[in-house]
Amino acid sequence: MNPSSYVVLSALLFSIGAIGVLVRRNAIVVFMSVELMLNAANLAFVSFARMNGNLDGQVVAFFVMVVAAAEVVVGLAIIVTIFRTRRSASIDEPNLLKY
Amino acid sequence: MTDTVTDVNTGEQVVFWVCAILAVAGALGMVLSRKAVHSALWVALTMINLAILYIANSAPFLGMVQVIVYTGAVMMLFLFVLMVVGVDASDSLIETIKGQRLAAILLGLGLGILLVWGIGSGLVASPTVGLDAANDAYGGNVEGIANLIFTRYLLVFELTSALLITAAMGAMVLSHRDRWKEVASQRDLSIARFRSGVHPGNLPNPGVYARHNAVDTPAILPDGGTSDLSVPQPVRARGDERTLDQVDIDEVRQITEGSGE
Repeated sequence: MNPSSYVVLSALLFSIGAIGVLVRRNAIVVFMSVELMLNAANLAFVSFARMNGNLDGQVVAFFVMVVAAAEVVVGLAIIVTIFRTRRSASIDEPNLLKY
Repeated sequence: MTDTVTDVNTGEQVVFWVCAILAVAGALGMVLSRKAVHSALWVALTMINLAILYIANSAPFLGMVQVIVYTGAVMMLFLFVLMVVGVDASDSLIETIKGQRLAAILLGLGLGILLVWGIGSGLVASPTVGLDAANDAYGGNVEGIANLIFTRYLLVFELTSALLITAAMGAMVLSHRDRWKEVASQRDLSIARFRSGVHPGNLPNPGVYARHNAVDTPAILPDGGTSDLSVPQPVRARGDERTLDQVDIDEVRQITEGSGE
């Protein structure tokens, strides 16, 4: 085993997150899957930083965390707003933009 | 001390395998569990294990930030929103697009195999420099990251502050709800209570006599009759209400006939 195993693990987690985004219907679970994909990318950044011997990867992972936190706040607010008007958290329900 | 190694020591291998298996189990549990709350808890497990893996990758600062920001703030925010949206909001199994689930699983597996196989075979022989030198250059991991953030990435850092302010404002605007009608004041409530026609105040008390003051004794009205309202409704419904004769005949006669002398 060498440090590239971390990158393989992050690829695995990213794929599971992608499957979650495609398969699940609940908007909140879809959102959690997106968070999982962001975390997988962070793990890749951190392990690449270690393999290359500089801290830039860790700084990028830090910024990804900040952006993810902001994204979660806005996304959950949107989900709550949609739930208030539609009484549903399913991503199949909001189809007004279709027409 | 740039030690170029291609292998990690036994302790880290143990940490990696334990945490990697737990993280993958958490991710799979998130995708597979029907209830959204269970999904949130599985994701929290994955995030904690990822934090341990960050620390194992000589990124202690990011590990702590991961615990604080993700498991502490983000996942708890998810749980709060689940409380708002409804805990039993579970997925419907009806497919709106035919064959979407199967296609999605196949595509996801394909992506996984491609990534794992490609990266795994591409990186196996690559040497690892290690972060010891970079961490020690400024006296530690936190100091090293701070040095980068406040010099090379200063503009990005400032932009994230703007982003966070915008996100906070956006969340407030999105979750703010206008009132459709005026909140009823105390005066409005009082007027509505009198207009409704039912007795606006307290009901009359039960009768209080020299030897009886229990709730089952009715009060005497000015005309000598008894007030049904003075006995609680459950007592009346059971038929446990006393008549005035049962209270004290002489006493009641004195009261009703007004012969108080």
